[in-house]
Amino acid sequence: MTVTIDIDRIGFSAEVFEEFLTTRSEPSWITDARRAAFAKYEELLGAELDPEEFKRIDLRIFNAAKFRPLTADSDASSVSTLLAGETEYGGSIRHVDGTTTHENVCEDMTAKGVLFGDLQTLLTENRELLEPYFLKQAVRPDADRFSAWHAAFWTSGTLLYVPQGVEVDLPLHSLIAHTADGVADFGHTLIIVEDEAKATLLEETTSANEDQSGLHVGCVELIVGKYANLRYVQLQNWNQKTWHFAHQAGNVASEGSLQWTVVGLGSKLSHIHQDVNLNGRAATAEVNGVTFASDRQKISYYTQQHHKAQGTHSDLLYKEVLRDDSRVIWRGMIKVDAAAQQTDGYQRSDALMLSSDARCDSIPGLEIEADDVRCTHGATTGRVDEEQIFYAESRGISEKEAMHMIVEGFFQQVYDRIPIEIVRDTLSRTVQGKLGIESMTAV
Amino acid sequence: MSSLLKITDLHVSVADTPILKGVNMEIRQGEIHALMGPNGSGKSTLAYALSGHPNYSITGGSIEIDGVNITEQEADERARLGLFLAFQYPVVIPGVKVADFIRHAVSNIRDPDRKEGEGLIGMREFRTEIKARMEELGMDLEFARRYLNDGFSGGEKKRMEILQMAMLQPKFAILDETDSGLDSDAVRVVSEGLAKLSGPDMGVLIITHHERLLEFNPPQYTHVMLGGRIVETGDAALAHDLHANGYATVRERHPEAAADNARAEEAAAV
Repeated sequence: MTVTIDIDRIGFSAEVFEEFLTTRSEPSWITDARRAAFAKYEELLGAELDPEEFKRIDLRIFNAAKFRPLTADSDASSVSTLLAGETEYGGSIRHVDGTTTHENVCEDMTAKGVLFGDLQTLLTENRELLEPYFLKQAVRPDADRFSAWHAAFWTSGTLLYVPQGVEVDLPLHSLIAHTADGVADFGHTLIIVEDEAKATLLEETTSANEDQSGLHVGCVELIVGKYANLRYVQLQNWNQKTWHFAHQAGNVASEGSLQWTVVGLGSKLSHIHQDVNLNGRAATAEVNGVTFASDRQKISYYTQQHHKAQGTHSDLLYKEVLRDDSRVIWRGMIKVDAAAQQTDGYQRSDALMLSSDARCDSIPGLEIEADDVRCTHGATTGRVDEEQIFYAESRGISEKEAMHMIVEGFFQQVYDRIPIEIVRDTLSRTVQGKLGIESMTAV
Repeated sequence: MSSLLKITDLHVSVADTPILKGVNMEIRQGEIHALMGPNGSGKSTLAYALSGHPNYSITGGSIEIDGVNITEQEADERARLGLFLAFQYPVVIPGVKVADFIRHAVSNIRDPDRKEGEGLIGMREFRTEIKARMEELGMDLEFARRYLNDGFSGGEKKRMEILQMAMLQPKFAILDETDSGLDSDAVRVVSEGLAKLSGPDMGVLIITHHERLLEFNPPQYTHVMLGGRIVETGDAALAHDLHANGYATVRERHPEAAADNARAEEAAAV
């Protein structure tokens, strides 16, 4: 199948773009960058999407013309959150329908030179510092039509900048919410952790109600310096009428480490392009994925672990549970450049099917140009084992309860890799919510 | 009055092949029964059929607890009525902690009407209890936090079965070769553990090839299974005799059942 989007149905025409620009009060360098991206977007609309990445995703029923980046119907008070209030945060920011509605950061951090808050404001105030990073190093506007679309229309965004040697102990919280029907948001997250610095950002997406439709064309850029450490979590929890497209990329410099957790619970259809670039010697990345698809949801990932330097280490573990008529696609690739000797790359995706009508495609891949590396990959797809069910039943546990325990246990193996307790607890609670069960508590 | 597990003319098929061909047995609370027999005689089939494994279809006869026919009941309902199976090959459930699993099981067994999502037994009460049982069985409390049977040695798995039995306090426990594949230390732990647990409130059916378990837990009744039937029933002396002399004389006394057994063994070997 060839993948094309009917341009007449795109709806994000030059007129819409010009109208969008009139709502922004931005310095000209930002507007100029948007114009360049819009030209690229128009050009890329005519180009075929990479079939390797998109051939399993049916975009024919996606009608972008139904969505608009501007809306008068926002209602910030209707937003609910899974993570806010669950722990003490060093700062938090909230975006509602593409507009930043709330931000705060503790003075402690500001005193140390940390920047945290609304992307547009901070880009404007700190052009010299931030322009070299924004849509230049991790995600490039010309990657494909989605990245160009985002670069032209990015709405609000979260910026975190941690100067060299500064360790931010408290996690930061970022919330991206939809409250209006038919909203398109182009949220951007840019995190820069300079050399020897350290930070944790927990981000979640949410819809105010189950019935409104929405579109998110997002972008996440994670820049990790030498000997720096970043933990980033994105918990995608849209309603099932939301389309979610995102380019997400992390660049890790020498001896730096990135721990990245991607959670996919919501959306009608989501496609995430996730790149991890290990740019410096002995850079490491751990990537965790938790996906629970139900009903007719389609959740798709295209992941790349790109080893560009010697002695780099990457470890990806995705776990997917599928029920009803849902579909999950994971296409994973480990790339090792010729210079990246003594690299250790690992990727694994395990899917657990709860329904015979669900479908999962897990396709791992390797492209290795160095000769002294260790790369392993694997993918499994299985059903709940009848013997496990019987064993639990023979202890008085009902079939349904046993099934739920087995699903929890399946995800537990990836929760165990996440060192942030509230993330583990929130995931466990949210998954249980989707299963409809009481939480389990450990001794 | 003590409870009674009554098995009457039980016929069981696996994938349309008849395995049990009319088994009769009565076990009262407080009694220990040994079930012996050569490979292929149907011992494990009886254990699974009693517990309600969906692959073991009961094609005739009945299983009753105190006059209530449980033949059509699901495995979890039977467990809630007081039936327990210690598995020959305990199942691994990755990511599910021993303590969580047992806490759910205990909550259901003690409150048979409990539905999923309803309250569990109190954490403090549960913790005190499981800690005491683990100490009695010489188990490190660390086991409670491990994933169920995941990475456990053979001995650890069997000890976990005994721990579950201790926590669930069944009216009737079936031990399916709980002593197989264990070194002598582990057999001793399991044997002693069972001896501590069994008493006037528990009826026990021990399926075994070994003598050790029966030394610690001398049976009042020994049943010999051959070709899907119980061909002889005696006391502890019969178990001792079979250990010493094997099944040759049993086969001679019951040629028809012996022929059935030989066919079943052949079929299993194919």
